[in-house]
Amino acid sequence: MPDLLLELFSEEIPARMQRKAADDLKKLVTDALVERGLVYEGARAFATPRRLALHIAELPVRGRVIREERKGPRVGAPDAAVQGFLKAAGLASLDQATIVSDPKKGDSYVAIIEKPGQETVAAIAEIVPQVIRSFPWPKSMRWGQASAAGASLRWVRPLHSILCTFGPETEEPEVVRFEVDGIASGSTTYGHRFHAPQAITVRRFDDYVAHLEKAKVVLDPDRRKEIILTDARNLAFAQGLDLVEDEGLLEEVAGLVEWPVVLMGAFEERFLEIPGEAIRATIRANQKCFVLRDPATGALANKFILVSNLNASDGGSAIVAGNGRVVRARLSDAAYFFATDKGSLPDLDTFRDSAGKLGLDLAKPLDQRMAKLDKLGVVFHAKLGTQSERVQRIAALARELAPIVGAAPDLAERAAKLAKADLPTEMVGEFPELQGLMGRKYAELQGENPSVAAAIEEHYKPLGPSDRVPTDPVSVAVALADKLDTLVGFWAIDEKPTGSKDPYALRRAALGVIRLVVENGVRLGLLNRLVHPLRFSRVHANVAEQRILSTAAAKQNPVTGPRYAALSKEATELGSRLRFGAAAQADEAPLLADLLAFFHDRLKVVLRDQGARYDLVDAVLGESTSNNDDLLLIVRRVDALSRFLDTVDGANLLTGYRRAANILKAEEKKDGEGTFAGAADLQLIADAGLIEEKGLAVALAQATPKAGAAVAKEDFEGAMAALAELRPAVDAFFDKVTVNDPDPGLRANRLKLLNQLREATRAVADFSRIAG
Amino acid sequence: MAGAPVSDPMNPTRSFQGLLLTLQRFWAERGCVVLQPYDMEVGAGTFHPATTLRALGPKSWKAAYIQPSRRPKDGRYGENPNRLQHYYQFQVILKPSPPDLQQLYLDSLQAIGVDMGLHDIRFVEDDWESPTLGAWGLGWECWCDGMEVSQFTYFQQVAGVECAPVAGELTYGLERLACYLQGVDRIMDLNFNGLEGEDRVSYGDVFLQAEQEFSRYNFEHADTAMLFRHFNDAEAECRALLAAGEAGEGANDARHSLALPAYDQCIKASHMFNLLDARGVISVTERQSYILRVRELSKACGAAWLKTAGGGAN
Repeated sequence: MPDLLLELFSEEIPARMQRKAADDLKKLVTDALVERGLVYEGARAFATPRRLALHIAELPVRGRVIREERKGPRVGAPDAAVQGFLKAAGLASLDQATIVSDPKKGDSYVAIIEKPGQETVAAIAEIVPQVIRSFPWPKSMRWGQASAAGASLRWVRPLHSILCTFGPETEEPEVVRFEVDGIASGSTTYGHRFHAPQAITVRRFDDYVAHLEKAKVVLDPDRRKEIILTDARNLAFAQGLDLVEDEGLLEEVAGLVEWPVVLMGAFEERFLEIPGEAIRATIRANQKCFVLRDPATGALANKFILVSNLNASDGGSAIVAGNGRVVRARLSDAAYFFATDKGSLPDLDTFRDSAGKLGLDLAKPLDQRMAKLDKLGVVFHAKLGTQSERVQRIAALARELAPIVGAAPDLAERAAKLAKADLPTEMVGEFPELQGLMGRKYAELQGENPSVAAAIEEHYKPLGPSDRVPTDPVSVAVALADKLDTLVGFWAIDEKPTGSKDPYALRRAALGVIRLVVENGVRLGLLNRLVHPLRFSRVHANVAEQRILSTAAAKQNPVTGPRYAALSKEATELGSRLRFGAAAQADEAPLLADLLAFFHDRLKVVLRDQGARYDLVDAVLGESTSNNDDLLLIVRRVDALSRFLDTVDGANLLTGYRRAANILKAEEKKDGEGTFAGAADLQLIADAGLIEEKGLAVALAQATPKAGAAVAKEDFEGAMAALAELRPAVDAFFDKVTVNDPDPGLRANRLKLLNQLREATRAVADFSRIAG
Repeated sequence: MAGAPVSDPMNPTRSFQGLLLTLQRFWAERGCVVLQPYDMEVGAGTFHPATTLRALGPKSWKAAYIQPSRRPKDGRYGENPNRLQHYYQFQVILKPSPPDLQQLYLDSLQAIGVDMGLHDIRFVEDDWESPTLGAWGLGWECWCDGMEVSQFTYFQQVAGVECAPVAGELTYGLERLACYLQGVDRIMDLNFNGLEGEDRVSYGDVFLQAEQEFSRYNFEHADTAMLFRHFNDAEAECRALLAAGEAGEGANDARHSLALPAYDQCIKASHMFNLLDARGVISVTERQSYILRVRELSKACGAAWLKTAGGGAN
């Protein structure tokens, strides 16, 4: 059966888009073929920088015949009905119709219409232009004269030619003819841009691949990767070095060449004094080259691997020289940044006030950078004030959190004060992705405590669900303080995430807090801890706004003038609250409750992502608000409850609970809410009740205080075990006892028992919120 | 080995000015209007109204010019081998973008002495965006042996307006290209005039002092209060001109009459912002609001330009 070969030849496709584009091309074309009843044997798609190619093997020449039955009138129906049927079915006379018999309705006509299958060539000529016009590029563009009109073709970069052939192995294949915005399909492609730019006529996939190979194009990206990796390893090995492998970079460089030629370059050894991460960052990001390692020491070597796209006539020496020159220039930039950052700032005297305010030691370079950040008044957020103000808040909070996580308060405060100090360094200015890491290097160089240095890097962590969570107590304190301050601050200025919009990554911050607390086993009542940071943030927000409105003109403006006066009043009020502490005020409590609810939502997301019972969060939270701000405790309770519900006792108790709750709900509807509150009359049970009734009363009397005591001790397993003891009594009760006894006294008493059962479970979790 | 180098003032691989002249000649031969630099401080050749404004509207346009560009933040007191706060860009704009633009570009490299059989030329994704101009396009950085020597962009939007037709823009970083061609590692060591011996003038002879002085100005001395004021003034003037140039209601001629002077003020505001940024007095978050303010101006100027003869209004 025949094969389809399709190639879309364009200007250079971004490397990062090539693989998905090939997959999309395959899926879109094959889906459309299958939809038309054209099934195939196999399909593969390929991408190079200048082409997407698709090979579909063993397609039929035409689609299957489609049979359709159309019901007609009964035999002997009036002529008008018959004529209408013949016309609708496209028949010339009734001879072409079939007669079917039905025992109830009698005989009637049926037209059997057979549509011949569409020719595959025609189907392809329909499908491919549609696929091209609606191709899902992440970013596409218009170009040339055609772009003067509104609806011109969009492609990732200008599309130049389309090759499309269809035919069996033994015969000359046919060119599938179509046109997309003036580009007519054909059987022509082009080789390597410099080695073989001339047109090549292609018949089918086999000779396409062979022709391209001859024209210095390796079609298959995985083969290009393999060539690069093998050659790179060999070149490294020959020098006694290890390639620092990097799958992302490999994928990218394989998308930058059609004919990979791997070469090795070198730079001066003196550059190795630059931190390895910075060398790698600059060589990788700017030059897309691999770095090499000395296997003995693990340190970077002064060599690099580059992948060119040319078999140069001089064997590549000009290319190596050129790349080496660029790498050297980049590294001398980095070396300059590194040296500058390690040195003193020129105008130190102007930073004295800042240093005094923040308790910084101007003899140390990193302290100088923090002082500079303060002096320049670099803004963190227009409504929240400066970076320096934020650092002061984080430092205060980190100090407060330190004892809770087992860190020395002085170290936590010191780490927080230096945590953002690398922001104004040259190195971080150039490579923002090195923030934190450079701060740590500089801290180590100036002899900071190792925990302080580590915390500077780790306080940004975890950056996402798969990132590592820090464990050093100093890091944990600063990481928590950083994230909590961010959350409280943006809540204070009412910039919360909405829908898909979360520009300040607040969801990630909340997730970070949850992971820090849970994975490090930190017991932390959030609400009390957040009152002070919230006030602190509000003071800074107030200052920021006052700064804007403090001009004479603004003070006299009829709108901003009164606002300025209000701000001054608020500042005094906030100031005294900050000084005297105390619990959340009326204007603070709802805001903190809202933030806490945000944490609860995030917690559910975390549990859901872990495949845990996130519905149990609501059950555990219940309606009470106490202990609801201790995230670790909530997780432990969910854990215990989830395990309990997985046992037979737990599942049965839940069933019993539901039965009790349903009965109570129905009866309370009749008698009124709260009618069955209070303890059951034990005497009445003794006098007139059943043995199972007594059993439940006794079990409740024992289990309820036990469960309560266990909860109070935070022994959730114990609380569950206490509840489990209820199960036989509950089962027996429902087995034998009729709740709605004709005797109103007995009925009320039995309902009271059920209410006691409901209350007993409520001490552990609100079972009514358990889903399923 | 060759003997002592020979003076060759017009050779693009020996002389900086030879490079400029070769590029000008190359693009002049391909039908471009060869313009002179715009007489204002700009951060890139794109700011020249011959690109920003001419990219808008239906009229065909081909131009090439050298544009001195100022990036105050990139100053290194003349000490960094390849970073300057003032440098030259060679800018080509072709509207609509011709189908063989990549080949034309490669031909221009050949014209300045790049041998395609020896050097590795690559088109590496680099989507261009100028937040201050409200402009974006798709294209590449053009690499020669790993060095970015040009920007290649198909403009999709400029001043917030969809380009119809799309223009192709080429920007050559001349100093870097010259370093490459001359085999020099430091920009300051470039041979400027292509002469040898006593008559040789280096790039450093011409610009080193300026780099040192302007780095001092940009980083240490620029009066930030004044710059903030100038920013506000330029913004206000731009808005005033845009309003004043608008045709009155019921006027016979609906065209805008002050689009170009208004755009000059937008350029000015942008440069003030760059200076303030270099002084480090604008934070990450504040930056955004300043960029937005300049973008609003550039959008309004683009809209005004479309109401002028140059922008295709009748």
